[in-house]
Amino acid sequence: MKLTISWLKKHLRTKASSKVIEKALTNIGLEVEQIIKLDENLQLFKIAKILKTEKHPNADKLKICEIDIGNKKLKVVCGAENARSGLTTVYAQPGAIIPKNKMKLVVAKIRGVESNGMLCSASELGVSDESAGIIEILNKKIGQNFFNKSESVFDLSITPNRSDCLGIRGIARDLSAYGLGTLSLEKKILVKEQSRKKIKVDIKKNSGCYSFGTIVIENVKNCESPGWLKKDIESLGLKSISAIVDVTNYIMFDLNRPMHAYDADKIEGNIIVRESENNECFEALDDKKYNVFSSSCLITDNKKILGLGGIIGGKSSAISFKTKNIILEAAAFDPVKIAKVSKHLGIVTDAKYRFERGVDPNSITIGLKNAAKLIQEICGGKISKINIHGNNKYKKKRVKFYLDYFKKLIGFSINAKDCKNILEKLGFKIKVSKKFLDLEVPSWRPDINQEADIVEEILRIKGLDKIESIKPETFKAKPTLNFHQKLFHMVQRSFASRGFFETISWSFTNSKYNEYYGDQAAKISNPISSDLDVLRSSNFVNLIIQAKSNLDRSHFNLQMFEVGPIFNSDLSQEIIASGILVGKKINSTWTESDRDFNIFDAKENLNYILTDLGLSPNELVIEKSDKNYYHPGQSGDIFLGDKKGPKIGSFGTIHPIILQKMDIQNTNIYGLEVYLDNFVEPKKPLRISKKQLLRSDFQNVERDFAFILDKNVLAADLISNIKKTDPLIKSIKVFDVYEGDNIEKEKKSLALKVLFEPSDKTLTDKEIDILSEKVILAAKSIGGSLRSK
Amino acid sequence: MLDLKRLSREINSKIQEINDRESLEVIKTNYLGKKGIITEAFKILGQIDPEKRKSFAAELNLIKSDLLNDINNFQSKINFKEIETKLKLETVDITLPVNEIRRGKIHPVSQVIDELTSIFSEIGFSVAEGPDIENEFNNFTALNTPEHHPARDMHDTFYLDDDKKFLLRTHTSPVQIRTMLKNKPPIKIIAPGRTYRCDSDMTHTPMFHQLEGLHIGEEVNMGHLKGCLEFFLKKFFEDDNLEMRFRPSHFPFTEPSAEVDISYKLENNKIVVGKGDKWLEVLGCGMVHPNVLRNVKINPKKFQGYAFGLGIDRLAMLKYGITDLRSFFNGDLRWSEHYGFDANDVPTNYRGLSK
Repeated sequence: MKLTISWLKKHLRTKASSKVIEKALTNIGLEVEQIIKLDENLQLFKIAKILKTEKHPNADKLKICEIDIGNKKLKVVCGAENARSGLTTVYAQPGAIIPKNKMKLVVAKIRGVESNGMLCSASELGVSDESAGIIEILNKKIGQNFFNKSESVFDLSITPNRSDCLGIRGIARDLSAYGLGTLSLEKKILVKEQSRKKIKVDIKKNSGCYSFGTIVIENVKNCESPGWLKKDIESLGLKSISAIVDVTNYIMFDLNRPMHAYDADKIEGNIIVRESENNECFEALDDKKYNVFSSSCLITDNKKILGLGGIIGGKSSAISFKTKNIILEAAAFDPVKIAKVSKHLGIVTDAKYRFERGVDPNSITIGLKNAAKLIQEICGGKISKINIHGNNKYKKKRVKFYLDYFKKLIGFSINAKDCKNILEKLGFKIKVSKKFLDLEVPSWRPDINQEADIVEEILRIKGLDKIESIKPETFKAKPTLNFHQKLFHMVQRSFASRGFFETISWSFTNSKYNEYYGDQAAKISNPISSDLDVLRSSNFVNLIIQAKSNLDRSHFNLQMFEVGPIFNSDLSQEIIASGILVGKKINSTWTESDRDFNIFDAKENLNYILTDLGLSPNELVIEKSDKNYYHPGQSGDIFLGDKKGPKIGSFGTIHPIILQKMDIQNTNIYGLEVYLDNFVEPKKPLRISKKQLLRSDFQNVERDFAFILDKNVLAADLISNIKKTDPLIKSIKVFDVYEGDNIEKEKKSLALKVLFEPSDKTLTDKEIDILSEKVILAAKSIGGSLRSK
Repeated sequence: MLDLKRLSREINSKIQEINDRESLEVIKTNYLGKKGIITEAFKILGQIDPEKRKSFAAELNLIKSDLLNDINNFQSKINFKEIETKLKLETVDITLPVNEIRRGKIHPVSQVIDELTSIFSEIGFSVAEGPDIENEFNNFTALNTPEHHPARDMHDTFYLDDDKKFLLRTHTSPVQIRTMLKNKPPIKIIAPGRTYRCDSDMTHTPMFHQLEGLHIGEEVNMGHLKGCLEFFLKKFFEDDNLEMRFRPSHFPFTEPSAEVDISYKLENNKIVVGKGDKWLEVLGCGMVHPNVLRNVKINPKKFQGYAFGLGIDRLAMLKYGITDLRSFFNGDLRWSEHYGFDANDVPTNYRGLSK
């Protein structure tokens, strides 16, 4: 909402400066977003009088003029024939930009004589095409600005509840309550009824129009708006169209009362306000054709559509400069219907903006009277009687306001006198009783319905700075983070500690890529763009898209992760922490040679992170992954406890076909995921469940074994088989895997380091032999044989 | 009989000539070897006149122990020399670079969420959550924003079905509703999270982050709200003299509503928060609207409280001087490297929020 001080002063008697008003507006909740300053350049053009002229010593056609610009006298070089002593004209200061050619003036010597600025022609000033000689001015004071001072315009951010302040009178009322002046009394407007004309209006059921007021003005002469009206209309950022249209807009911005003017001669028969049928079409004043869906509110005559009620008028009955007879409309509409229809059709107008927020239903008469009177003043004509159809359905609202409630909610007390004073100025009618104020809410405040609303009114006028802040308590009833929130925090830090960069990407993504990660995705009905049309089924989709853009920027070695939600087609969601490894783990240096990332780097990171999250690698079971976005032979799922336990992670090589389709070349991507939601909070915290440390004082013994096994026997099975055989076996490490020469084709060799840890005495050679025999037997049970040296 | 005086002199002069392990070994063999002069002298002790034997033996022992001593000294000297020579050969170019250190980074939004959590944890808030996919009731209706309320227009909502029943939450406020439906007062929570609006330009992204705060009790009033937010803003910007102002505003779910501005100035086109002639809006807040309490079956006559909401991304930008919101979400590693935080840089109240 835009506001000028001069317009404000039509409603508010105040001596406050614009600085004070600006501050006050923000203090009471009508935030001044910006102040649009008048054009400073135009202030550099002053009315000046030529005192005397003399010939330029070095040029025949030039004159040196001594001029008076009010506060000082200057010498200016001028070539105009009409430059003569006694002439009043326009002087542009150095620094001024000439409107016609956009040249900036500087102090310069013209043929050896210094000129301090310039005298301007009408054409140079952009006020007419007259370019012969400098402009001649009559009846203006020396030193004044030539250009009319355009005022600073306040741009206010009016919150959606304050429709009353979408009219300048509403703003003036608020300021008067704040104590910044007196609201002018509503003028009694006497309209002489000189016309007998009356238009028949028929409001149909379910039309969405509650009441429809009209006034007819005959024999008008529409014209350009007078200066004051033009200026006011333009200060709002609107274009002045014609006096009649400008007046309806003026009333809308003055009183928050939208109006519409019809060319009466273009209306055939009566006005009928009705609910639309499907696909009725009409051309609106914005030169666009609209197909209106059913249940919109249409204003029609017997033959055609005249407009969309409360939203926009139609072209068929538009006002022109030839218009002779007009009908003015002021009506009350259903705000919900207006919001629905305008949103559906994508029409944003000042009228619809006001109607959907709330227009004082009791302002029909005053709007019509004001508009008619103004039009008559400017365009002449004979005014008819006001005719209001329908029932505006307004019911008076009453609210009981207890002063104690204010203190309870806000923290400080207020007295009844202050309250009464503020509320009265805001337009409330008040009956004071012992404990409370019985309030009648003004009809222009649809936002006020209950006691808390009254508290807000008083508080914002009193000032929020009156609230005394209370020091916060430190008492905590619940731990700050719960189990899963802690995991979220720890998994982020853990990934980062392993060299991963955290990214945050959209929760939505491109369905084209997302389909590789899930058969069905949750679709967005109104995506912001076609490549962000579904909710992601995996964090990998966007991670890989982002990896690609980094690769395209020649960053070839990437470690990235994201912790965030993934979504299912049933609209459920799950938090997953996902990381990717791309390119080289080691970029060759003078000490080490190149080494690409591989799937075991993903597994190592996953193990590390799961350990950070409180799990021990011993309690994890690995299975072939069932996720089809991984390489079928290079991926695993990790379960807690056993295969039936919760699935807490996955790792693997991202399926090469996916990378191909996403146009990623010459690199593999390895992924790891932690399914945070599948973690189960342990019954006891780790500090309690952790066992006592037992240390053996006897020497550990290590033995190496190499077994030949079928290729498809899993290392994990060999290890767990051996481990089961004796409790003295403390750890088993794989130190070599070999396939190839000297070994049968379908076989492989696994070399293990087995550590025996005695508990109560040093192991004898014989005991060690027995243990070794157990190891070999265990290997045999799954087809392993000791590899001969 | 061996002239011990001469022997001692001889040894002393020979010792002076030792300069390496070899000459040392020669002396060792010549005097102390199996057939060395001293060894031989001990062998014939028995042939000496018993009267002289004692003093001879004592003198011989002294010579031997002196010699051994000298030999030991020389041995360690030589050892030391040898090591020194070896070390000289082992000198490396210490200016050669080490292997690349891959340091991961925490995203500024995550870091700021940790900071916010740390601050609010100090004054008794715990963290609550809700899903990104919300229903229309929790996101709007329960928050006193009925259908066709103009405030709904201001949230450009992403919908997930044609009936517009399911949507991506436009703010974190539905967590208020979920929390109040599940728990009885007193309630004191913050809820950080992802939020979505169908809006994209230089200063808006279709996804962003908010933090919601809610404190409900029997006597929680607007003074508590003011105290809480003053505490929070001063801590967050790590400035006890931070200037701020509360300004009336409007949100459908609070009454009265306010916005909080902090003061700032521009220095070389950069925003410097704390003091200055300009105001910057940082959050919205107010007393929970009685209609909202009724919607979650809390009696507004008995309980009341405050709520607030703030934009996490914007706070991160302000505090850490990040200018481009869009780069928060495009995964450009150059940006993460520059603006990201180290894994061990965990904000706490005793260490301080930022390094």
